[in-house]
Amino acid sequence: MRRVLAAVLATCAVVAFGGCGAKRHDGVTLRFWAMGAEGETVQPLIADFERENPGVHVEVQQIPWSAAHEKLLTCVVGRSTPDVSQLGNTWVPEFVALKAVEPLQPYVDSSAVIARDKFFGGIWDTNVVGGAPYGIPWYVDTRVLFYRTDILRRAGYATMPDNWRDWRACMVAVKKLLGPKHYAILLPSNEFEQPLLFGLQTGSAYLTEGETRGAFTSPEFRRAFDFYVSLYRDGLAPGISDQVISNLYQEFEKGTFAMFITGPWNIGECTKRLPASLQNAWTTAPLPGPDGPASGFSSAGGSSLVVFRNSPHKELAWKLVEFLSRPEQQVRFYHLSGDLPARVESWRDTTFTRDPRIAAFGTQLTRVKPGPQVPEWSQIQAQFLVRSEPVVRGVARPDSALAQLDADVARILEKRRWLLAHGKLAAGAAQ
Amino acid sequence: MTPAYARREARTAWLFVTPALVLLGVFFAVPVLTGFLLSFTDYDIYAIGDPSVMRVVGLRNYTAMLESKEFWHAVRVTMIYVVFGGALSVAASLGAALLLHAKAVRLRGVFRSIFFTPYVTTLVAVAIVWRYLYHPEYGLIDATLAALHLPKIDWLGDPHWAMPSIIVMSTWKNFGYNMLIFVAGLLNIPDEQYEAARLDGAGPWAQFRYVTLPALAPTFFFVGVLTMVGNFQLFSEPYVMTQGGPLRSTVSVVLLMYEEGFRWWRLGNATAIAFLLFAFMLVGTWIQSRVAKAQDA
Repeated sequence: MRRVLAAVLATCAVVAFGGCGAKRHDGVTLRFWAMGAEGETVQPLIADFERENPGVHVEVQQIPWSAAHEKLLTCVVGRSTPDVSQLGNTWVPEFVALKAVEPLQPYVDSSAVIARDKFFGGIWDTNVVGGAPYGIPWYVDTRVLFYRTDILRRAGYATMPDNWRDWRACMVAVKKLLGPKHYAILLPSNEFEQPLLFGLQTGSAYLTEGETRGAFTSPEFRRAFDFYVSLYRDGLAPGISDQVISNLYQEFEKGTFAMFITGPWNIGECTKRLPASLQNAWTTAPLPGPDGPASGFSSAGGSSLVVFRNSPHKELAWKLVEFLSRPEQQVRFYHLSGDLPARVESWRDTTFTRDPRIAAFGTQLTRVKPGPQVPEWSQIQAQFLVRSEPVVRGVARPDSALAQLDADVARILEKRRWLLAHGKLAAGAAQ
Repeated sequence: MTPAYARREARTAWLFVTPALVLLGVFFAVPVLTGFLLSFTDYDIYAIGDPSVMRVVGLRNYTAMLESKEFWHAVRVTMIYVVFGGALSVAASLGAALLLHAKAVRLRGVFRSIFFTPYVTTLVAVAIVWRYLYHPEYGLIDATLAALHLPKIDWLGDPHWAMPSIIVMSTWKNFGYNMLIFVAGLLNIPDEQYEAARLDGAGPWAQFRYVTLPALAPTFFFVGVLTMVGNFQLFSEPYVMTQGGPLRSTVSVVLLMYEEGFRWWRLGNATAIAFLLFAFMLVGTWIQSRVAKAQDA
């Protein structure tokens, strides 16, 4: 009898011990959406999170990037959103407008792990709409110059210039060296990123009047656009779309072009795809600025982690966000995925300081600016291409193209003007 | 038949059609009606978040569309596809059907399957192969042109050639289906008619012109309407091959609608485009039926 009693007591103790931890979330399933390769590479981190939080099961759903935006929107409409999700940081304003994501200020205020000054400022700000954060940067993505050091050296340049004037002179020299059918730089005519980056550098805000009208005819943007168009006009860049380039790496290897502006994933790709003989003949550099390096801004891209408003497990969801934001997890995630950490602190790890190709990204990240935080921004970017491509191909004039663009943007932002005028833009979402 | 019996029979009939009616109502009538109502509003991303900011705009979506260059450009692109793509597709499928029907042809079933294969192949796979074929630097087509000392063409990169390239690819992909319908039509023509024609001294061309073509008239109408309705809905080919580029030269009406609706989430505009497209298709079908009737008379 005594034995039985002891056994019962022991069992109770175990139960009580497990129970009084109070941290046990028995049978809770946290639904986490991750896009593309991250859905796969995050798994080991998730396993550790589950070990730290017994009883919690994190269900990672892998969503392909190409379908992610539509799928997320559909889920918002159908009210079947996950608890936590990775979100391209340019999408944040849209999901704020949809009232789908949780405002995170209260969580940040009481967090020991997450604060604005622990992240790159420009990246953090991509998650801020109307002064409040709605997402926490997970990994970052920005654009730098990739270039062939051997070609530049032959053209008389030991390093990449850091201002537009010298950069342009360098491109002219490279073009002269390489000859016809070769170019100094690849700027696919169907990509809006590069010309918009130039605008960021000349100090254009793209939009004006409380982000309700376009500012593409402003002198700042005009300066950037003229620089961009002149690169095609002077034969420094080929006026072709990226679909014509069937193999970027092959062409880079052949020296069809000596530079291109792209993101961190291409460090891995170039290492993998360029032949061994070229491995010491390419590197990266922060973008040159119109008036020197300080103005060499780049885009503040990347992915954020958001908590959905409909989630019944917000506390736990935030816990996962905090876990993934820890400096050591950020470094670990870099090793698993090649995604660059969003925390400044993680960049002190030798992984990033040792390799100058990655260090260039670290430098660039201190000079990033977010685009306009309005949900219409992606449509404006697409409309920019509709107007800019004919100019690049020489069938439209810059003045009329930019004036038309401003008219288009005014039309696209009509609803936003109406919402602001009637005070219907949620307090959090007003600029 | 007693009235009571008729009533009972009617009731049974309703019982049988009810499941179909319910399904049609829920998955067709309700969405179409909702779409029609949405087309008079500015339902957009803000309205999804907060329905109270939706405005009723009357016919403004329609008038804005009818005044927009972009829309008429998409209509032109679609019409080019309907007219030229449709004609080419019907001609190709009739040609293939006649070849298969010819007495001298052996292994008919094998060829029929081969011709039908592209139709059942995933478009994405087909698009990848055709993008290689069309590639200006490494593609088979331009390599052939170069070997013949002809100038190379940037098929998908040149705004003038992108649409013809898409027409050729989609004809290759889709002609198998119409071909089968034509084969069925040809099988329905009694041999006696050809025999009589031959006795009257008709050669192969005269037989084709005065026996085959008239006998195929109903098939033509069917194939014509089907192809037209299908071609008006041009979407996947440019979506996969060119995303509407270069210079928006391959933006069809449905692609424009998709962009408005599911990329920019302007559902008011998108539904207005949908109903305008419906009107165009209605007119197109009406013209075809008039032409078919005029031929019958």
